[in-house]
Amino acid sequence: MQLKHKRKINIKDKYRLFLMALPFLILTFLFSYLPLHGWLYAFYNYRPGIPLRENEFVGFYWFTSIISNPTQTAEVLRVLRNTFAMSTLGILTSVLPVIFAIFLSEIKLNWLKKTVQVLTTLPNFISWVLVYSFAFALFSTNTGFVNRILMQLGAIDRGINFLASNKHVWLTMILWSTWKGLGWSAIMYLAAITSIDPELYEAAKVDGAGRFRMMWHITVPGIMPTYFVLLLLQIANFINNGMEQYYVFQNAINKDYIEVLDLYVYNIGMMGTSFSFATAVSALKSLVSVFLLMFANGLSKFGRGETIL
Amino acid sequence: MRRGNHSSQEKIFNVINYFVFIVYTLICVFPFYYLFINTISSNELTGLGLITFYPKGIHFSNYVQVLKIKGLPNAALVSLARTVIGTLLTVLASAFLGYLFTKKEMWGRKVWYRFVIVTMYFNAGILPWFITMMNLGLTNNFLAYILPYIVQPFNIILIKTYIEAMPNSLQESAQLDGAGYLVIFFKIILPLITPILATVAVFSAVNQWNSFTDTLFLMTDSKYYTLQFVLYRYLNEATALASIIKSSQGPINVNLQNMQTPTSVRMTVSMIVVAPILLVYPYFQRYFVKGIMIGAVKG
Repeated sequence: MQLKHKRKINIKDKYRLFLMALPFLILTFLFSYLPLHGWLYAFYNYRPGIPLRENEFVGFYWFTSIISNPTQTAEVLRVLRNTFAMSTLGILTSVLPVIFAIFLSEIKLNWLKKTVQVLTTLPNFISWVLVYSFAFALFSTNTGFVNRILMQLGAIDRGINFLASNKHVWLTMILWSTWKGLGWSAIMYLAAITSIDPELYEAAKVDGAGRFRMMWHITVPGIMPTYFVLLLLQIANFINNGMEQYYVFQNAINKDYIEVLDLYVYNIGMMGTSFSFATAVSALKSLVSVFLLMFANGLSKFGRGETIL
Repeated sequence: MRRGNHSSQEKIFNVINYFVFIVYTLICVFPFYYLFINTISSNELTGLGLITFYPKGIHFSNYVQVLKIKGLPNAALVSLARTVIGTLLTVLASAFLGYLFTKKEMWGRKVWYRFVIVTMYFNAGILPWFITMMNLGLTNNFLAYILPYIVQPFNIILIKTYIEAMPNSLQESAQLDGAGYLVIFFKIILPLITPILATVAVFSAVNQWNSFTDTLFLMTDSKYYTLQFVLYRYLNEATALASIIKSSQGPINVNLQNMQTPTSVRMTVSMIVVAPILLVYPYFQRYFVKGIMIGAVKG
């Protein structure tokens, strides 16, 4: 009798718990799963404002047009080139936070170390719009700080329009993202360094190792595992540059070099008239990035015996 | 002799090392400082680009004047509202879901947990997302700033792990006293997990405050513009901004030197946008650091 009573409550609890979670499961469905149906738009010749079913069904036309239509092929190749350039530069600069952390941990003045750490992480918490506003104030043609200083030094006699320039676009973009993210990315490595066994350093000192040898032979190997995990995640996100940074910095002059995949999809889908073509490109991108994630995960499993997911 | 050499080498290394870090730190901080001194300097000098390292002709009228610009107070209100409401809801929801997912007796617990968590790893893309938001009636609708961000898988993982690491005895004794799940959640769990909730809250608040693209995609009615979005427009639409300033200024201006200019408005709005971050950051820095560390353990 007692036992039966208890079981009854448990069954009720089982569903009560589920019902409490249900509203949030519905939200998850609405905002993460339901958008997947939007890929259907890639198979129609969709014109905004007209219900999907009333548009012409074109099958794989938009997908094949990436290869068969020469102008579109050229466009996509240009955008892929920018994407690869930005991501490759991102991977190349991924050692900077490592170097930053190693050298910062060599600073023995605690207040200085702390101050550097706090102030260099600050830019990570401002939006790209604000970064652009900084760029605007510092680099604008006549009144910007950099042009003023250069003119005062006599290095130039007319202001340089840094922002509306198609030269060195990739470089400036990676410099801004480094400015924003370097201090923050270093935090993880700083923590990895503090978790290195201090006895290793003691032993090395006894053996007569100098500071640089200890940095190279103890600190560097100590943070390599962390570095590899983050590197793999970066590889997994190779084609996901996001659009915010590139959107705020884009203008008519630098567009050819700044348009990465995510921005391109926005520009032609929302601003242009090729919603369906943009959706096709974006769907392909999503598929490729899932493969990249699985590839990076496999690499991690193979190399470290652990997954990154 | 060798020893002396060694230590002088170390000294040189230290000096260079300190120098490089101090220079880099200054590069990180300078833009904030530069904008600030320009907003409190004479607008005439600012307009000519003559304020470089220290303020001249200090006045604070920019911060008063800028609030008279049509639409700006409203944008500030929208930004503030989405930050406060959005953060509160996602913190509560993450805590509640994190708690529910620790309950082994939940019907289909494993399946639902995965159903939520797996959404971290795929993305339909921005256009399908836009279409969905449109079909749900979330364009030109304040709820678009709140509803999509309530369920955050990463936060749920953090909180679930945190609760699982706590001793179970408190929950059990409350259960024996006849307390239901909701009572246990609000009376016992919630007070105990405040440290992790603070981390989650700080991150969601920053994300909400800084969010820009959702306004770009979803809002055409200026009623729903956020500060970030308004700032972006000011930066890009110089002529529009000039006419906005003209129309918002009274016929009699007290001080010609400090008349609003597109540059002064842009810089002042930028300072207003960054101010909450600067005010909050020093106090919550440790939560930021803690956040990335917990994330690292998971990754």
